[in-house]
Amino acid sequence: MNQNFTFLLWDCLQYLINGIAQGSLYALVALGYTMVYGIIRLVNFAHGEFLMIGAMCGFYAIRAHLPMPIAIIVAMLSSGLIAVIVERLVYRPIRKSGRIPALITAIGTSLFFQYFGQLTFGADPKTIPPFIAEKIYNFGEVNVSNVQLAILAIVLLVLFFLWWLTHYTKIGKAMRAVSFNLEAAELMGINTNQIISFTFFLGAALAGLGGMLMGYTMSIEPMMGMNLGTKAFVAAVVGGIGIIPGAALGGFIIGIAENLVAGLYKSSFRDAVSFFILIIILLVKPSGILGKNIKEKV
Amino acid sequence: MRNEKILELININTHYGAIHAVKNINLELYKGEIVTLLGSNGAGKTTTLHTISGLLKPSSGEILFNGGAIHKLPAHKITGRGLAQSPEGRQVFANLTIRENLEMGAYLRSNKSEIEEDFKFVYSLFPKLLERESQLAQTLSGGEQQMLAIARAYMSKPALLLLDEPSLGIAPILVGSIFKAIKEINQKGMTILLVEQNAFLALNVSNRAYVLTNGQVSLQGPAKDLLNNQEIKKAYLGH
Repeated sequence: MNQNFTFLLWDCLQYLINGIAQGSLYALVALGYTMVYGIIRLVNFAHGEFLMIGAMCGFYAIRAHLPMPIAIIVAMLSSGLIAVIVERLVYRPIRKSGRIPALITAIGTSLFFQYFGQLTFGADPKTIPPFIAEKIYNFGEVNVSNVQLAILAIVLLVLFFLWWLTHYTKIGKAMRAVSFNLEAAELMGINTNQIISFTFFLGAALAGLGGMLMGYTMSIEPMMGMNLGTKAFVAAVVGGIGIIPGAALGGFIIGIAENLVAGLYKSSFRDAVSFFILIIILLVKPSGILGKNIKEKV
Repeated sequence: MRNEKILELININTHYGAIHAVKNINLELYKGEIVTLLGSNGAGKTTTLHTISGLLKPSSGEILFNGGAIHKLPAHKITGRGLAQSPEGRQVFANLTIRENLEMGAYLRSNKSEIEEDFKFVYSLFPKLLERESQLAQTLSGGEQQMLAIARAYMSKPALLLLDEPSLGIAPILVGSIFKAIKEINQKGMTILLVEQNAFLALNVSNRAYVLTNGQVSLQGPAKDLLNNQEIKKAYLGH
């Protein structure tokens, strides 16, 4: 009995570690959702597809024998670029048409890229090798891999970078100003369209990075964005959409919960648990864990 | 002093949705003036300001600023030409600190020492802002937010400053200091176009004024004459 309990604790610790690693990747993708939502109040359902396109381009870069760091940069740039193009051609013309048209457009864009992906890249799953050679360290009964540690370090670095960007650079402060009041920002002489493009680029580039880092646990395929995008969206809403630290927190919560439930209960419940958390949050605190309860602006 | 035109509106019409809010307005400002735009709620004052600053586009007519047409430019380019607007309802960036708000005002400028100089000037104008420099703007009172909005617009160092309802909804005790600041800013050489509910105070600091009724200019002239005008007295001054 006593010994069983000790094993259970070790197991939990292991799931926790796996959950943190998984959660960092969700966080990375959730950041893009939350940044775009923060600046133009758009839930960009095509965000998962930006990730997919980045990962695909990264895959071809590796197949062309480019070294891993270059392939990651290729992935980030192609995700970012496709996001800028989509914003310019699809979202900008309907920016003032209200939320429902924007939402439907975003869903349509997402579907477009899923099938565009099947057409151009083929529907078969592809494998991206781990970005560093995997080494496993044992601490008592738990295993930690250097890949997991590296992912966590990269995500923490990204979070620090975003904090620095939004508080200590002109463009970052302008992003905050635009997210609060676009018209007033325009009156300051800020080219708000440029800031919005930059936000799309940055958010999607982080998704592209996430897509490449995910290579160590899963294969990539054109429909991957749907599942991942939905998880990241849930993470962003759970943490408080529009709030950068909220996206990170939500990502970690979803990642850890999934791994605990899959490990301790049934792995078929892995996908259900994130939505269960979402429903609880929407019932208890609809603005998210870090969100402020404010009335909708009229 | 009154010889060089800085702003000219020629037969401006602006539609706000389905509403024809501004009808054939002609208006001109000369360098160094303070001009007030009076009118009741819905007369088209704010629409006129937004048309000048580029947030709204006129359906017909021309706007010349320093001789160049600006009515087709996006708002941020108009700001770049030296025309800044402090919007109605203050609209400071509540999620930014007071200093960051002022930095946003100076967004297009790059000369650090000149910007620092202007920080000193607006802080001397409104010492409250200096005291609370590193706090978020959402912590300010309504009157302090108004001060910040004016200071922020000043930080772009415009040749022409548009102020929309600077005394709206703020404590009477602060109204005086805001108008004093407007005068001081004007003495620094900035031309000011003022939209105000408080007609008495506004006319007292202004050189000239226009009265808008239902989107049209119904009266215009030197501020002193309007202060003694019977219609104005009845409609805006309460006696």
